[in-house]
Amino acid sequence: MVSSAPVFKSSQIKSDVHPDWCAGCGDFGITNALQASVAELGLNPWEVYFFTGVGCSGKTSHYLNVYGAHTLHGRVLAFAAGAKLSNPKLTVIAAGGDGDGYGIGAGHFVHAGRRNLDMTYVVFNNEVYGLTKGQASPTLAKGAQPKSLAVPNPQHGINPLAMALACGYTFIARTYAFDQKHMKETIKKAIEHPGMALVDVLQPCPTYNDLHTKDYFSETVEAEGKTLPRIAYLEDLGYDGVVQDANNQGEVTQKRAQCFERVNRMDVQTPIGVFYQIHLPTYYDAMRENLPGLKDTTPVNLPYHDANLIPTTDLGSAIEEFLV
Amino acid sequence: MSPVTTKNSQENKSQSEASSSKGCKDFCWMIGGPQGTGVDSSATLFARAAATAGYWIYGRREYHSNIKGKHSYFQVRVKPDPVLSHIDPVHLLAAFEHTTADYHAFEVVPDGALIYDPQATDPATLQNLAPGVLKFPIEFDAILEAVGKEFDKTATQLSILKNAIAVAASCALCGIEFSAIEEALGMLFTGKKAKLVPLNVAACKKSYDAIQKLPGFSDYRYKLVPVEKQKANSRVLINGNQSTALAKLKAGCRMQTYYSITPAVDECIFLEEHPEYSTVVVQCEDELAAVNMAIGAATTGIRASTSTSGPGFCLMAEGLGFAGINEIPVVVFNYMRGGPSTGLPTRQEQGDLLFSIHTGHGDFPKILMTPGDVTEEFEDSFNAFNDAERYQTPVIILSDRSIANNTMCVPRFSEDGLKIDRGDIVGAPENYNEADPQSGLQIFPRFRIKENTPISTRAVAGTPGRIHWLTGDESTEIGHITEDPKIRIPMHEKRMKKLELASREIPQARQYSFHGPKDATVTMVSWGSTKGAILEAMGILKTEHQLDVNFLQIRMPHPFPTAYVQPILEKAKLLINVENNYSAQMAQLIQMRTGIAIPHHILKWSGRPMSQTEMVSAILDIVNHKTEKVVLSYGL
Repeated sequence: MVSSAPVFKSSQIKSDVHPDWCAGCGDFGITNALQASVAELGLNPWEVYFFTGVGCSGKTSHYLNVYGAHTLHGRVLAFAAGAKLSNPKLTVIAAGGDGDGYGIGAGHFVHAGRRNLDMTYVVFNNEVYGLTKGQASPTLAKGAQPKSLAVPNPQHGINPLAMALACGYTFIARTYAFDQKHMKETIKKAIEHPGMALVDVLQPCPTYNDLHTKDYFSETVEAEGKTLPRIAYLEDLGYDGVVQDANNQGEVTQKRAQCFERVNRMDVQTPIGVFYQIHLPTYYDAMRENLPGLKDTTPVNLPYHDANLIPTTDLGSAIEEFLV
Repeated sequence: MSPVTTKNSQENKSQSEASSSKGCKDFCWMIGGPQGTGVDSSATLFARAAATAGYWIYGRREYHSNIKGKHSYFQVRVKPDPVLSHIDPVHLLAAFEHTTADYHAFEVVPDGALIYDPQATDPATLQNLAPGVLKFPIEFDAILEAVGKEFDKTATQLSILKNAIAVAASCALCGIEFSAIEEALGMLFTGKKAKLVPLNVAACKKSYDAIQKLPGFSDYRYKLVPVEKQKANSRVLINGNQSTALAKLKAGCRMQTYYSITPAVDECIFLEEHPEYSTVVVQCEDELAAVNMAIGAATTGIRASTSTSGPGFCLMAEGLGFAGINEIPVVVFNYMRGGPSTGLPTRQEQGDLLFSIHTGHGDFPKILMTPGDVTEEFEDSFNAFNDAERYQTPVIILSDRSIANNTMCVPRFSEDGLKIDRGDIVGAPENYNEADPQSGLQIFPRFRIKENTPISTRAVAGTPGRIHWLTGDESTEIGHITEDPKIRIPMHEKRMKKLELASREIPQARQYSFHGPKDATVTMVSWGSTKGAILEAMGILKTEHQLDVNFLQIRMPHPFPTAYVQPILEKAKLLINVENNYSAQMAQLIQMRTGIAIPHHILKWSGRPMSQTEMVSAILDIVNHKTEKVVLSYGL
């Protein structure tokens, strides 16, 4: 990812389609942040491929003036990976809800981490399935009962950041949907990170999540005799999650342990920021080492026919073992 | 119609069909043993030796869903002319351990032969052979000891050579020259394994000589009729997984995704083993990822494909619907195996026809091809990528375990006249100017509804000035969600009309094949891998029973070639439908598409392919007794 000076205004990255989300939804802010990120990083809109899953968040791809694919529920990372592998020059961004990514798409979430493709995955985490009227999502804590639930949630909630760490994500961050500046800067860092990046966005659902509302996140909390904002920035807490030397096993171990401890800590405050970042070779780097044709071009540009559309692939070395 | 004479005795049949004074013209060799002991390699060596000597081959592989220990076997049928299927009688059974004789003794023809290891075989087993079967005890251990002395190794270290010993004795007995074995060994063991050639040659030579000194050697009736060597490299000895992989390379498929499954995975492994073609092969977490990753890749313009079998294909249903509504060219291979569920994971069945046609909810166009052998597999696979791009929709190649795993010797696939068709695809618009990035920000009606054609012009992600959207929802021409009936109606119709266009444009020869005389007493109808057994049965019925049979082979069941095949079916005197499934799915489809109910069926759902032997008797059964349904069951 090489970013350059902005050429397009954020308003140009905004499409003509009007979002049909509820008033007060956190999704609006995330969408603005995505549009601004693409513009500010100086990306050409036709070189950005934005994939979304299904749900309220799934519609976001229609609101950006870039190549967009509003894919299937849970499958967004699989679609995105195919596009990125085929044309690694594209800036591939995926987005979806917490049910989409951590529930029905959990398998792909795991393996996207271990492949470490150069992609960004933004998860709109609001703890509910909004579009189907507020059922519990995989991140809702056990015992919590937002208004649509008939009984308190009988299942434990998962910890997406700890899961991302376990799966091999090389950039793990959390941000908050009503903190426009932090959200935009975090998404930009994630896009610029050359590997698989997760941005988990705390996103109040004004219609179905009456527990973790905008007001809840704006509240102050009492800790160690002090009154503090609920949302805390990791850097203000003296936390640095960035691995400086990926070959330094000691540092890597320490940063991974630190990340795991931090994302599991029962804090009064809710920390946001980059919990972990490391630079490691991507899946495509491994492909390039193995496939000689990719030294000079990308898979989608590998030649296989001439100007007259006659196939140019010589089956020689492949057919040899079968000849009699 | 007068009843046709049937020769029931296996003895008579074996004499008349297989052997004459000049030599045997139809020979079936079988080897077996516990999985993991080299059954496949011995069959490959035997087939290659026979092919090298100039014969034609059909090799049928049978194995369990098991890594080591369960009984597997491999039949190799050898003829002086092209061979398309297997037969049931075994003329020579080769066993380097005891189970093979236990399991297969009853299949050996009365004047056939058994090659066995007297040290490993219970004499009681030999009682199961017909009285006339010649028995050739080969002292495997003694040969291993002698080879061990020459190469300074112990007999235990060399035990893997037992299969080569069995092959060499077999070759000597049926009359394949030793030089063919040597040549085949040289072809099979290359690179790091080349050092194994001298060991194998030494073991083979001892075995080749030993059997010739055994009593009864010159009495064996099934010495192959001599043939001239064929022109070098004019043929291939190949299975369907391999011929598909070759076609993918030729067609420019450079993105292959998969989740490991029998019997599709060998195709993917083959592509991985040939990095020189730079195909990106991704082993995915599941078939959901496999199909959707291929679809995502295809939206950037690469030719993408995934290969699976029934259980995995079930998981791909939703993805295919997405490709359908978004008009994305993707090619999916379903190598059918016994179902439902895990079913018979390593065995033959054709049970996915109707499911493959109807995969995915709602209506969307898909093109379904059903190749009948390794050569058609190559042709259909190559063409699939053209069809997918031309009609901008998923193409499914519905193949099966028999085509995937069985080996055929066929003329080298013709690559002349192959052409790539990318369909209606555009790059950046003329008014795009690289120096002015603003000109790249143009919206493109990717799904434009045109008056004269259901094909919208396609652009791929990454193209300047062609920005558009994809969605699983119904969409507008630029790809945004709509629920407006005024758009839904023409958009849906546009997609579905592509089926009519494909029906009109795809050459007749790719939609169906008609084999045999125009007028015949019997008309066979079938699809897929039953082709070989039917074609060969037709020959036998003509020469031995004076029965004229023709054969309508459906090669494109969807969109169904009604206009072409209906007249053939209407004209038929006696229609027989043949399928490797329980519910006669093609007959159901034909009734749906033509209104014609086929009255007779030959079906088999034992998990084993149909043999020529079974086909002949089943057809005669129907001709003579008007049997409504013949259910076949032969084969371990």
